[in-house]
Amino acid sequence: MGRMIKRALRVIALPGLAFFSALFVSGLLIAFSDPKVLKLAGSPLKFLGAAFAAAGRAYLALFEGSIYDPNLARPYFFDGFYPLSETLVSAAPLILTGLSVALAFKAGLFNIGAQGQFIFGAIGASVVGFKADLPVGIHVVAAILTAMIFAGIWGGFVGLLKAKTGAHEVIVTIMLNYVASYFLLWLLSTTPFLRKGRQDPIAPPVKETGRLPHLLGPNLRVNVGIFIALAAAAGVWWLLNRSTWGFRFRAVGANAAAAKTAGISVPLVTTMVMLFAGALAGLGGAVQILGSEYALTAGAGGSFGFDAITVALLGRANPIGTVFAALLFGGLRAGGLTMQANTETPIDLVLVIQALVVLFIAAPALVKAVFRLKQLQTGTGVVSKGWNG
Amino acid sequence: MAQVEVLSLSAPERRRRRGVLTMFGLGVGALLFFVIIPKQNEKVTFGFVMDREWVAFREWVVPSRSGSLGFAILALAAVLVAYLQFRARKTIRFASAIFGFSFLMSFLSWAASGKFIPFTGLLQGGLLLAVPLVYGAMAGVLCERSGVINIAIEGQLLAGAFASGVLASLTQSTGVGLLIAPFAGALISYLLAVFAIRFGIDQVILGFVLNVLVIGLTNFLYKRLLIPYQSTWNSGPILAPIKIPILSKLPIIGPIFFEQTIIVYLMYVIVALIHVGLFRSKWGLRMRAVGEHPTAAESVGINVNRVRFRNVILAGAVAGLGGAYFTIGAVGPFGKEMTAGKGFIALAALIFGRWSPLGAVSAALIFGFADNLQGVLSITGTPIPSEFMLMAPYIATIIAVSGFVGRVRAPAADGIPYRPGESH
Repeated sequence: MGRMIKRALRVIALPGLAFFSALFVSGLLIAFSDPKVLKLAGSPLKFLGAAFAAAGRAYLALFEGSIYDPNLARPYFFDGFYPLSETLVSAAPLILTGLSVALAFKAGLFNIGAQGQFIFGAIGASVVGFKADLPVGIHVVAAILTAMIFAGIWGGFVGLLKAKTGAHEVIVTIMLNYVASYFLLWLLSTTPFLRKGRQDPIAPPVKETGRLPHLLGPNLRVNVGIFIALAAAAGVWWLLNRSTWGFRFRAVGANAAAAKTAGISVPLVTTMVMLFAGALAGLGGAVQILGSEYALTAGAGGSFGFDAITVALLGRANPIGTVFAALLFGGLRAGGLTMQANTETPIDLVLVIQALVVLFIAAPALVKAVFRLKQLQTGTGVVSKGWNG
Repeated sequence: MAQVEVLSLSAPERRRRRGVLTMFGLGVGALLFFVIIPKQNEKVTFGFVMDREWVAFREWVVPSRSGSLGFAILALAAVLVAYLQFRARKTIRFASAIFGFSFLMSFLSWAASGKFIPFTGLLQGGLLLAVPLVYGAMAGVLCERSGVINIAIEGQLLAGAFASGVLASLTQSTGVGLLIAPFAGALISYLLAVFAIRFGIDQVILGFVLNVLVIGLTNFLYKRLLIPYQSTWNSGPILAPIKIPILSKLPIIGPIFFEQTIIVYLMYVIVALIHVGLFRSKWGLRMRAVGEHPTAAESVGINVNRVRFRNVILAGAVAGLGGAYFTIGAVGPFGKEMTAGKGFIALAALIFGRWSPLGAVSAALIFGFADNLQGVLSITGTPIPSEFMLMAPYIATIIAVSGFVGRVRAPAADGIPYRPGESH
């Protein structure tokens, strides 16, 4: 028991310290960009007090927006957990896109294209969601499968291109993200995707039968999507650690030349990995559309592609780590909105926190030096291969 | 016999063959889609005069189908030349350039049927849009030729844009803005250098995270300071264009190249310096040595990591200066995420141009031109939805990376941290 706790502490220590370091640095940013705080620069004590107060207010709002808000806890204590539901709603697509990036990392591929794959998933889910007339249950499943197929093809194409011509996946996925965004814009300007009585780019709403059911009643937005995401994480864990394909993925990721010598078809693996990664990101798009948005808009892609990469890095490209990282960042997203509304601290602070967390984790030497620690599980566990890989 | 011939092709020859095939496909496509299928045949007018430069010819009017047909035939002729060159085992670069130009003109003649195309203006705008791409690609050359992958170009550009916009606004002086921009870019590069070279962190990931950091920081400060206190923090002046005497009077070329701001002139200088420096100076030789074979470089007494550190900082300064284009070079005030992915396009240009300064510049110019073409055509109106025009440069990049460029070779030690004394 004691050993297990020690082990758990060792695993948690670095991300934990990195997170608090990031909060500290971001706190400085909040304080020193606050004009009211800066006015007090003349008297050091008042200045420090005001700085602490400013950062404290922002972080309190962040907590209230992501986990528990006492202002909502009347008349019932549990109503205060409304923000936690929002956190789970934000986390579900993040888990799925994070898994997409993590899976590719394991095979030595850097999937910057989760954004485009997510968009195609959202398109697929939306089309089936508002167009098809299917019974309850089957409708949702059909929408999800369509999303995964669309996005799987979109992602698999990158793998195929790399396998056949050597076109680097980083470049191709970056370019395809733009293509997907513009394709979505165009699609929303066509007649079938115009909502009746609306001129702006928004598709008709997903029918009731196509929506993911809520888990805790109609007032809380938390839905089956979070379970789909957790199941996908378990699936990816199984795929990587227990299946032949997963073994091939990891073998190619560890040493493509050795894998080839051992008789593994590297082109086939590359294509399959990107196909799986695409399908996962597409599933994320489906969960977003069918679970909480219910309609395709021009901004459907959000910043999921970027966030997915930070999630996968923080989770060390490991399915379980990715889930926790996505929960953390999902909380930051949900809380960031409250923080922006209540304290006028821009939500973009969340991006800064995300970047700093990953930076501190990637630079274990830095965290070790700051906290004078020796024994730590370090590094992101992720090595990309550069251009010649 | 054919079998033997296929087997004996070298890698560049296989690439050329793929290039010839791709061009042939595109040429036939042009004939089909721009000439045979279209029904419309109105006149297209190409204008060649911008302002008050000397006039060689004012405009050229051609019926759209004849124009498309003529240029499609020219394009196919270029494919034939390319094929003959390929058979003679020679480079097909020149024929490819002719093909690119003819294909484009064939497309333009079709797309602008019944419209006016300001040809000179199209090129001038294209050069302007290419400016940040060229700066970014040069930053990439400096970094990656020294063996450090630079995904953070986007962040360096954005930092330069932010710093120059804000400082120019606070001091109401474009000079200060121009001066501070390289420092902002170099600061991001400093982080890249410290973490990549000293701590040996994976450079692709690091660059990516730095981008997120800069985007987050600038967005945060933009909303927190630049919007509420706009009059002091975000109302910077714009650099005035400088007309170079005589040169700016040349027809077509004058308005494109010699009626620009100092940022564009500095770009010419920097590109020339990097091209000559990289291949003709001790500095360039050392840079290439540590990028290709650091162990060998160390064995002749070069401090590998010091050379890398300096070049990475320099790269950031170059990109930062390019970032100034977005604010004081174009619109004045800073806008949220105003670099809009240009850093990634610059990265594509670098790879497209195979890590050579002139190759990267050519690629950047093509991207800039395509971007501007899209803008011009979306105003005049075309048969294609504007979203597809917007996609074109990105699709072109994918085609080029997979068809023409193929399996690219980066500098051999690009992205691999170097620890002195270890054998690699």
